Amino acid sequence: MASITLTVNGRSRTVDVDPATPLLFVLSDDLELRGPKFGCGLGQCGSCTVLSNGQAIRSCITPVGSVGTAAITTLEGLGTPENPHPIQQAFIDEQAAQCGFCLSGVILTAKAFLDRNPRATDAEIQQALSGVLCRCFANVRMLEAIRRYAEQGVRA
Amino acid sequence: MTRDAAHAPADAGFSRRSFLKASGAMIVTFASAGVLDRAGGVFAQGFNGTGSPQLDSWIAIAADGTVTACTGKCELGQGLYTAQLQLVAEELCVPFDRVRLIQCDTALTPDQGTTSGQQSHPVNFNRTNLALAAATAREALVRLASARLGVAVADLEAIGGAVRVKASPPRSVSYGELIGGRRFELQLDPKAARRHPREWTVLGTSVPRVDMRAMVTGQFEFVHNVRVPGMLHGRVVRPPSPGATLVNADESSVRNMPGFVKLVVRNNFVGVVAEKPWQAIQIAEKLRVAWAPGPRLSPQRDAYQDIRKAPSTDTLLVDSGDVDRTLASAATVLRATYHHPYQMHGSIGTSCAVADVQGDKATLWSATQSVYPTRNTTAAILGIPPANVRVIFTRGAGCYGINGADTVTYDAAVLSQAVGKPVRVQLSRKDEMAWENFGNLFVIDQRAGLDANGTIVAWDYEAWSAAKGGRPGYNTPGNVVTGTLLGFNPAPFNPRTPAPPPSSPLNNNLNTAPSYITGRAGGAQNGAGLVRSERVLTHRVRSPFFTGPLRAPERLQNTFAHECFMDEIAAHVRADPVEYRLRHLNHARLSGAIRAAARAAGWETRPSPTPASSAAGVVSGRGIACVCYEGDNGYVAMVAEVDVDRETGRVHVTRLVVAQDCGPISNPDGMRNQIEGGALQGMSRAFGEMVTWDEEKVTSIDWRTYRSLPVGFAVPRIETVLIDQPDEPACGTGECSITVVAAAIGNAIFDAAGVRIREVPFTPERVKAALTSRT
Repeated sequence: MASITLTVNGRSRTVDVDPATPLLFVLSDDLELRGPKFGCGLGQCGSCTVLSNGQAIRSCITPVGSVGTAAITTLEGLGTPENPHPIQQAFIDEQAAQCGFCLSGVILTAKAFLDRNPRATDAEIQQALSGVLCRCFANVRMLEAIRRYAEQGVRA
Repeated sequence: MTRDAAHAPADAGFSRRSFLKASGAMIVTFASAGVLDRAGGVFAQGFNGTGSPQLDSWIAIAADGTVTACTGKCELGQGLYTAQLQLVAEELCVPFDRVRLIQCDTALTPDQGTTSGQQSHPVNFNRTNLALAAATAREALVRLASARLGVAVADLEAIGGAVRVKASPPRSVSYGELIGGRRFELQLDPKAARRHPREWTVLGTSVPRVDMRAMVTGQFEFVHNVRVPGMLHGRVVRPPSPGATLVNADESSVRNMPGFVKLVVRNNFVGVVAEKPWQAIQIAEKLRVAWAPGPRLSPQRDAYQDIRKAPSTDTLLVDSGDVDRTLASAATVLRATYHHPYQMHGSIGTSCAVADVQGDKATLWSATQSVYPTRNTTAAILGIPPANVRVIFTRGAGCYGINGADTVTYDAAVLSQAVGKPVRVQLSRKDEMAWENFGNLFVIDQRAGLDANGTIVAWDYEAWSAAKGGRPGYNTPGNVVTGTLLGFNPAPFNPRTPAPPPSSPLNNNLNTAPSYITGRAGGAQNGAGLVRSERVLTHRVRSPFFTGPLRAPERLQNTFAHECFMDEIAAHVRADPVEYRLRHLNHARLSGAIRAAARAAGWETRPSPTPASSAAGVVSGRGIACVCYEGDNGYVAMVAEVDVDRETGRVHVTRLVVAQDCGPISNPDGMRNQIEGGALQGMSRAFGEMVTWDEEKVTSIDWRTYRSLPVGFAVPRIETVLIDQPDEPACGTGECSITVVAAAIGNAIFDAAGVRIREVPFTPERVKAALTSRT
């Protein structure tokens, strides 16, 4: 066990855990955050995605001891139900989910990619999401929501 | 809809805390007003899945006019929570945002058995259960107002949560004033008038999902997020292979590991409990367990042959008695065999449950689709009375049928009982995939006889499918893996050959019969078609794996075979596939869906394959497929357009056009969401999904070995045509589109390239091999 201090959603949080513990378990159990989810534990589906200094990472295969001072942002760190982030608003507008379990992977992967590639083409967006799963297959709406967000970003 | 309605409390009924608060408040409200005594369970109902005849079990109205409805049909991601709010608001004539809904809690809601996707809408949105309760309540309120105001019922109308005098609208009395906090003390009235869909103002509109905001902002509480004080974390250790039995689990191998609480062994069930989830995982991995191997599995490559030789339960659904004779005298006889593999639900989140077993009482937070059946089976496992078990439905990841939700509920309950503390269990990806109840493997032989004009005169269907277990229901916990490990048996397998004569009338619930036969059984005719010489024979064999309903269970496999074969017949007689289907149908709604899909797709009338099908490089084509889902629970037709790369065998679906008739439409956008998701999930199942195994065990155990199309695959353009039928009963909508995808695409591949793929999945290798063997 070791005392580890993380920056999560803008707050400094200290936990006492085995440094080998995947970041996901610290976020969802020690910090009781609901955004990142355990989907596979293998980095294959994306449900556990969080942003680390703006980059999408798979928290289920990221040892908490390796996070260091990186700023971690979870889905709930983007916006709130009352004041959602523009990409979250786009998902609300498009009703782009069914069960909603995969949304950390879809939204945060897309956001991280578009923030770096604001003029990405549809094909590039699809490529960026080629490692993210949604088993309800709300793909049509999700891609539309992401496109909507991308257009806002380019206009802004 | 008001802005408030669109933003209806994002967490109302969704967060466990607010849920408990809300339901607690309701108990208080009811108790203080003497409305309901729910301490001992929902009163006056049969515990057999049929709901309750008592209005007060369904609807309560508080003094402030807030309506609380209770339902035994739950949100699984399909939008049913929002749609049920719409239903109650519409039928009771109250604003949408004044309705609260409590779903699937054995302490609070009526026993409505299982929420199995396509069947929930008919149950709660027609003339029974929740819809009837709301209609009964509205009429009761109008009668109360009549007495209060001294105005005849005929001169009153319910609107906006009040009853007013039609001729003098300012004279009104609110629901809160009429009944607030008191019981109705009424039975559901079968004669209560439903509001006609043409009058609808809330139902029939695209009310946004009330849970969407909480989901996209990461606030929504899934069962995975349930945390209760003092909660520990469990991990199960499954056998290495089906049928393996436990020899020994050595506690000394893990006793000193950090966080270790307990090793739990019961029959062949092995699990560990630890203080934290990561510790439980580490301990489970380190635990030394000796297993005696199970029987060797027959190799996967032989599965489609083996199934024909296995002992089977045989059923004749239809037999006109003259099929062999008709086939012998037919001008042409065509035959084909179709193969469909086991597939899995493959939920994106592995299944999870939290159990708190204290003495002879238990509380379970579970994503089960069946709170009451799970209450009973868990009670049997724990050896305590069902009345002492409370199952609180808490959403999981989309399940598409029976995923691991039930089995992990048993896991958590057994571990919690062993430690006397609340225990949370979430399965590993491998444990989810290797042990879930797969969708059935199918082999289907089709034969058709044609007359000299190319009209079908006989249809002969014979199928073999493999099954074991299924939903546990109220008394068969052995139908899922944990129950079996604990020593309960799956539902017995009783071979029966030959099949007895068909029972009457034909029940085409599984779409075993094609749409094109008359479906005569006994004296009744219950088919959708015109072919009078007909036989439908099934053989059910024992599967080595657990199986269970997977979205469009069996309907999808059967429809793949029926609709591809129909296409083969049409191609043989050089008929247009749409025209040929319509010629053999006797069903206005199915024909209507076919015409609507063809029209929207700009269908070009001509036989398949396209004249260009022999060209080199990439060839294009279109195909159609249709079905009366479950015989009478939704009517759908799909046109698929594909490009086939003759060099690689790769198929690119460019467009899907779906026309669907599910009666009156509750929520058009919700219906579209289901059609789109079903269409794409159907593509994933058609192109890549297949359970694999070796001689010991299942080998498709993660997303590398079980291939699901990702969010970023080349998604086709999807166009939906919603056929509203305001004068028909409500059907389900969630399982229609997926049922026809593989057939529509298979038919489009044939149209494009002239090759018939009779086995799912349509891998590039399989398509390429077919192309090669043709040239």
